[in-house]
Amino acid sequence: MNDIVISVKNLTKRFGNFTAVDNISFDVKRGEIFGFLGANGAGKTTAMRMLCGLSYPTSGSGSVAGFDVMHEGEMIKRHIGYMSQRFSLYNDLTVWENMRLFAGIYGMTKKDTEAKATELLTQLNFLSERDTLVGSLPLGWKQKLSFVIATIHSPEVVFLDEPTGGVDPITRRQFWELIYKAAESGTTIFVTTHYMDEAEYCSRVSIMVDGEVGALDTPTRLKQEYGVESMDEVFRILARKAKRGE
Amino acid sequence: MNAIEVDNLSKSYGKVDALKGVSFEVRKGELFGLIGPDGAGKTTLFRLLTTLLNPDSGSAKVEGCDIVKDYLSIRSRIGYMPGRFSLYSDLSVEENLNFFAAIFGVKIEESYDLVAPIYKHIEPFKNRKAGKLSGGMKQKLALSCALIHRPSVLFLDEPTTGVDAVSRSEFWDMLAGLKLKGITILVSTPYMDEANRCDRIALCNEGSILSIDTPEKIVQSFDSKLYGVKAKNMFALLESSRKFRGVVNCYPFGEWHHIVIDKDFDIEALKKENCLIEGFEIKSVDASIEDVFIKLMKK
Amino acid sequence: MKGNFISFVKKESLHILRDKRTMLIVMLIPVVLMILFGFAISTEVNNIRVAVVAPERTDGICDAVEKISQNSYFTFCGYINNDDVDNKLRTNEVSAVIVFASDYDRRVALASEGIPTKPVIQVIVDASNVNSAGAATAYLQNILLGAESQQSMFETRMLFNPQMKSAYNFVPGIMGLIFILVCAMMTSVSIVREKEMGSMEVLLVSPVRPVKIIFAKMIPYFAISCIVLITILMLAHYLLEVPMTGGVGGILSISILYLILSLALGLLVSTIAKTQVVALLISAMVLMMPIMMLSGLLFPIENLPKFFQVVSNIVPARWYIDAVRKMMIQGESITAVWQNCAILFGMTVALLGISLKKFNDKLE
Repeated sequence: MNDIVISVKNLTKRFGNFTAVDNISFDVKRGEIFGFLGANGAGKTTAMRMLCGLSYPTSGSGSVAGFDVMHEGEMIKRHIGYMSQRFSLYNDLTVWENMRLFAGIYGMTKKDTEAKATELLTQLNFLSERDTLVGSLPLGWKQKLSFVIATIHSPEVVFLDEPTGGVDPITRRQFWELIYKAAESGTTIFVTTHYMDEAEYCSRVSIMVDGEVGALDTPTRLKQEYGVESMDEVFRILARKAKRGE
Repeated sequence: MNAIEVDNLSKSYGKVDALKGVSFEVRKGELFGLIGPDGAGKTTLFRLLTTLLNPDSGSAKVEGCDIVKDYLSIRSRIGYMPGRFSLYSDLSVEENLNFFAAIFGVKIEESYDLVAPIYKHIEPFKNRKAGKLSGGMKQKLALSCALIHRPSVLFLDEPTTGVDAVSRSEFWDMLAGLKLKGITILVSTPYMDEANRCDRIALCNEGSILSIDTPEKIVQSFDSKLYGVKAKNMFALLESSRKFRGVVNCYPFGEWHHIVIDKDFDIEALKKENCLIEGFEIKSVDASIEDVFIKLMKK
Repeated sequence: MKGNFISFVKKESLHILRDKRTMLIVMLIPVVLMILFGFAISTEVNNIRVAVVAPERTDGICDAVEKISQNSYFTFCGYINNDDVDNKLRTNEVSAVIVFASDYDRRVALASEGIPTKPVIQVIVDASNVNSAGAATAYLQNILLGAESQQSMFETRMLFNPQMKSAYNFVPGIMGLIFILVCAMMTSVSIVREKEMGSMEVLLVSPVRPVKIIFAKMIPYFAISCIVLITILMLAHYLLEVPMTGGVGGILSISILYLILSLALGLLVSTIAKTQVVALLISAMVLMMPIMMLSGLLFPIENLPKFFQVVSNIVPARWYIDAVRKMMIQGESITAVWQNCAILFGMTVALLGISLKKFNDKLE
């Protein structure tokens, strides 16, 4: 099996005269927790849309889960999972109905769905709540559920958009444990976030500045390189170099 | 003299108790932070203090005025920035500012010294529609509008949510500047790392306050010893550390896992056990606000 | 604090002006409706196909049929049986049928001596196109009996649209509908939008009183409605040639009263609805539906079941449409519809009172 799950080479996206993503290259290995950071307008969202198969690059090449970002957008969508803080689950459906819905979207058979959903809920120790309406669950639980549902079809890569913003510290840690566990079992995690303390949890971090990759390394080495204590400071040093206005 | 006095304030929506008997004071000229996750009751507390809601029980005073009886006199003295973006996205930056100046019946020049340090960041874009601004600029515009009538107390509900790190840091610098001008500021945030920018903070969770003090004192109140451990395989390390003797709690904390220990813990034994694990490191760490928060939540 | 009121109105107008799409729709809908009703119902009379039912083909009848076939407006389609009348009209083979009385000749003779007589000719017309049906019967009467003939000799039956509803009659209905749309729906949505965006929180915390916020919001919508009102009246007068014999002043005054009532309704909706979608739904279902169904716009109120006739009394549009119809078409003056005015005025006061009381300066 190939160990590089996301590979991007000279990826560029232009909108008219504006180069939103400028010639970026990086690889993400299987089981890595990859942090993808950048200030507002740095090109983070545009780059991520290309990786999710939602838009095609102007030039350059890339592959996600073995599929070409230039031609196989539809295949990519089938092999990735996505979770965002803004949209997660349907509040008026039960836990089980949500799971069945998302499994159905990804074309899983009824038997597979039953087995996988039971397995995930058992892991979360949440099987007893399978018929509870999602709307009546505490926020922390919703967050954890939406992560496991994003992985229900065993995707190779899961994209997480600010996954733990606004969550209490304990739930937050339970959430990261889930992510560690998923990564441990070979799922690649791709995290985009504004919050640098979330970046500290990632195995490697890339910071986009003006459409380019401004820095890419483990949080430890980045902090050493810039001689600072936290990712927050690393980010600020880099982001202040940006010339592009907001 | 206290700018805000909150005494045993409670509020519930139907069956949900949003606020369960909260008490605290904010001194004049203080930068006071309410730190807590979503659902801690921060927004409810703000709406009570800005007189948008009436409490079920308890009382509170802002600048000496009761939030129920004297709510109209409170309204003219305070500035409020709600959590959601609250300006008119189809009006330009300048039109928004002019509008808020007009409804408070003031001229922009009157409070220019107060607003200018913030407004100058967005002045180059004054003809742009507010909806087309980035998160950081929206927030600066909202703050400018909240300051236009020279309020003596400023209420900022999660002003830094959804804003990038650079803009957030600039925002806290601006608040420090406003504090120097004598304005009392009550600010809320779900991000623990912002606590250090406040004079005093209240840690809140599920409608109650867990602790109130200066950030330094709160951190000092963490009375257990704390270590940070890391290894190549963080998940395995988490599981093994939890089983180790003397470990009270172990949780992920950025690049490290933090382990809280009691007197039975033997650091040499842990080192010995893990010496063969790839990339194993251990160090003594100082507690942070987040460590304290976890500890208080466990109680 | 006069300054802040004006700036409020200014800001509200900017919102409206910048939302070009909605603005366009509001201005265009009345024009489109008026033109549709004006032109779809053509007043041209041409090639009316006529069939004749005659028990005996007497000389008099043959003369009359001869006159019809020679007239360029009509095409004679032959004699038919009494039983075929309905069928021929329904299948659109003919648009009018003339039925002659059996003693036609005798009675015409009597009539020419000035002796009153019962009808001698019955004309059955397809009245789905009201104007041409009306014109056709008038022509026929002229041709057959001469202009000086006795009215009583000529009987007309309108099929398919016995109410003779015409473009005229639709104008007041359109007005009743449009103003609810512009005033009630748009004001309620715009107030609720501020709640949804969070700006209402900031406004409430400011020293501005809620009453001011509300009136400032109403003024621009009131202005737009006045423009729409004038547009409709101009179109009605110049395009559809609605007589408006009752006086424009009266129509304008009662319309303005109705505008204020609609604004108050919008305000009431905004105090109930929490989201823009709900505000739209309430306006559409609770306000628009009764206007369509119970105000006499689509169905005459007398034809409704008793229960709905009673219910229709609380629909403001019913009183407004009725009054405007009387003034526009039947030429009554405003004094003749004072009852309608009084009812509308009472409703306005009540609605404004309730909604101002309900509009809280707190969030709950």
